[in-house]
Amino acid sequence: MRKHKVLYLLMLPGILYYVIFKYVPMYGIIIAFQNFSIGRGITGSKFVGFKHFVDFFYNTPDAWKLIRNTILLNVYDLLFRFPVPILLALLFHEIRNRAFKGFVQSVSYMPHFLSTVVIAGIMVTFLSQQTGIINHMLGWFGIEPILFLGLPEWFRTIYVGSEIWQTAGWGTILYLAAIAGVDPTLYEAAKIDGANRFQQMRHVTLVGMYPVMIVLFVLTLGHFMETGFQKIILLYNPMTYETADVLNTFVYRRGILSADFSFATAVGLFQAAIGFLLVVTANRIVRKYSESSLW
Amino acid sequence: MKIKSSLGSKVFDVLNTVFMLLLVVIMVYPLVYVFSASISDNAMVVSGQVVLWPKSINLEAYNRLVVNPDIWISYWNTIRYTVVQTFFSLLVTGCMAYPLAKSWLPGRKWILLMAAFTLLFSGGMIPTFLVVQHLGLLNSIWAIVLPSLVSTWYLFIMRTFFAALPAELEDAATIDGCGSLQVFLRIVLPLSVPVLVSIGLFTAVNQWNSFFDALIYLNDRSLYPLQIVIRNIIISSSNVQGEGNTSYIETLKYAMIMIATVPILCVYPFVQKYFVQGAMIGGIKG
Repeated sequence: MRKHKVLYLLMLPGILYYVIFKYVPMYGIIIAFQNFSIGRGITGSKFVGFKHFVDFFYNTPDAWKLIRNTILLNVYDLLFRFPVPILLALLFHEIRNRAFKGFVQSVSYMPHFLSTVVIAGIMVTFLSQQTGIINHMLGWFGIEPILFLGLPEWFRTIYVGSEIWQTAGWGTILYLAAIAGVDPTLYEAAKIDGANRFQQMRHVTLVGMYPVMIVLFVLTLGHFMETGFQKIILLYNPMTYETADVLNTFVYRRGILSADFSFATAVGLFQAAIGFLLVVTANRIVRKYSESSLW
Repeated sequence: MKIKSSLGSKVFDVLNTVFMLLLVVIMVYPLVYVFSASISDNAMVVSGQVVLWPKSINLEAYNRLVVNPDIWISYWNTIRYTVVQTFFSLLVTGCMAYPLAKSWLPGRKWILLMAAFTLLFSGGMIPTFLVVQHLGLLNSIWAIVLPSLVSTWYLFIMRTFFAALPAELEDAATIDGCGSLQVFLRIVLPLSVPVLVSIGLFTAVNQWNSFFDALIYLNDRSLYPLQIVIRNIIISSSNVQGEGNTSYIETLKYAMIMIATVPILCVYPFVQKYFVQGAMIGGIKG
C-alpha cells in the first residue's frame, strides 16, 4: 500500500493541473447564466437564466452571420483541406526514387514548423495591395491590384489556402504510416488479378488508408466549431468581418477586449456544446458502419 | 506484363515527378522570396522588382532590428518560456503518465476518463481567462507556462510508451529493493529517452511559436514573446505606417519574418526525424 502512495503522489501535480485549469473553468461556465461581476464573484453574482443566450440569438444582429461564418469556414476547410494529404500520400507512395521521395517529403513538412504569426505575416506582406508580390505578379497580366485582405469575398480562400500550404505535407505522415502497414501480398494478389497501377492505388493503397481517414475525420469534426481562430485573429479586420468573423473571434472581442464576461461565456458555451454533440454523433455513426472509431 | 503496363505507368511517373517538383517550388518559394526581400533595397521590393533573387543588397532592415531592444528582450522571453514550459511539462506529464500505465492501480480508470473528457469539452476561453486572472498569474511567465502545461495527447502517448516497457525489468528492480520512485527514476526514465525527446521537442516548438496566450494574458511589453513583437511589427504596422522613416519599412517586415524563422529552419533538418516518429506514436490510437 505504501508503494501506491508514492504513485498517487507522483500523479498529484498533473491531477491538480486538470482540476485547476480544465475543471474549474468548466464550473466557471455558470457565469453564462449570471450577470457576473468580478467584484462579487461566482457565488455573489445574480442568476439571470438564459438571458444571455436569448440576447445573442434575438438581439445580436451579427448572431446568424457568426454562425454561418463558423460553419462555412469549417465546411470549406473540410472539403478542400482534408483530402489534400490523402492525395499527396498516394502520390508520395508512387515515387520510385527513394532519395527523391525523402527530399520531397522533408520539404513538404517544413511549413508545419512555421508559426501562425509568421504564416499570417507572409500572407499580409505577399497580399499587400501596393507592395505585395502577388499583386505585382498579377500586374504582369494586366490585372489591377486587389485589396485581398480588405475584401470579404477573398477571406475564405486566403484562409483555407494558407492552411493547405501549411498542413498538407505534415498531414501525409499518418497516411504514409498506414500505407507502410499494408500487407505486400495484397499488391501481389492485385497484380496477379491484372490490376494496373491505378487500380492498385485505388483498391489496395487507398483502402489501406481508410481507418486513419475515419479517425482523422472524427477528430476534425471534434474541432469543427473552433478551427483556426488564432489565425483568423491575425488575418481579419473590420472590413472582412462579413465573412471572417466567427464565434470564437467574437468571444475574444466581447470577453477579453470588452470584459463582457457572462455574455461571451454564453456564446462560447453554445459553440462548445455544438462541437461536443458533433463529435459524439460522428463517432457513433462511424462506429456503426466501420470497425475504426475514436472510442 | 511489365512491357504492357509500362506506357501508362511511365507517363504517370513523369507527371508525378513534375508535380512533385512543382510542390517543392510552392513549399520553398515563399521563404526564398522572404529572404531575398529582407536583404534587398526597400524601393526594389516595393516596386516589385524582387521576384526571386535579391536586388541591390541592403542590410538596413537587419541593422534596425539588431539595435531594437524589443527584439532581444522578446527573444530572451521566448527562450525562457520555452525552456521552463518544456521542463515542467515533461516533469508533470511523465510523473502522471507513469502510474497511469500500471493497470493494477486503483482509480486509474477514473483519472484517465477525467483527462480524456477534456478533449471533448472545455470551459472555454473566458472561464479559463478568469481562473488565470483569479490566481493572480496575469502578466507573469506562469500565465504562459501553466495553462497549457499538460497536453492530454502527450499524456496518453507517454502512458502508452510506459505501458509497453517490459514489466520484468521493473519487477527485478523491486525485488532488489527499489521503491516505486527509484524504479521510475533509474529504470523507466532512462529507457524512455525517445518518447521524452519527441514530446519535449513538440512542446518546445509549440511554445516557441505560440502567441495567443501571450496576447490575452500579458500586457507588459517587457514580457512579450517574439511572436507578439512580430505580430505588432508586421500586422499592426500595416495600419499605422506613418511613424518614422519609411524607407526600410517593407524590408523590415521580411527581415522580421526571417529572424523568427531561422532558428526553426536551422534545427529542422536535425529534429525532423524525431517529429515524424512522435507524430506516428501519437497517431496510432491516441
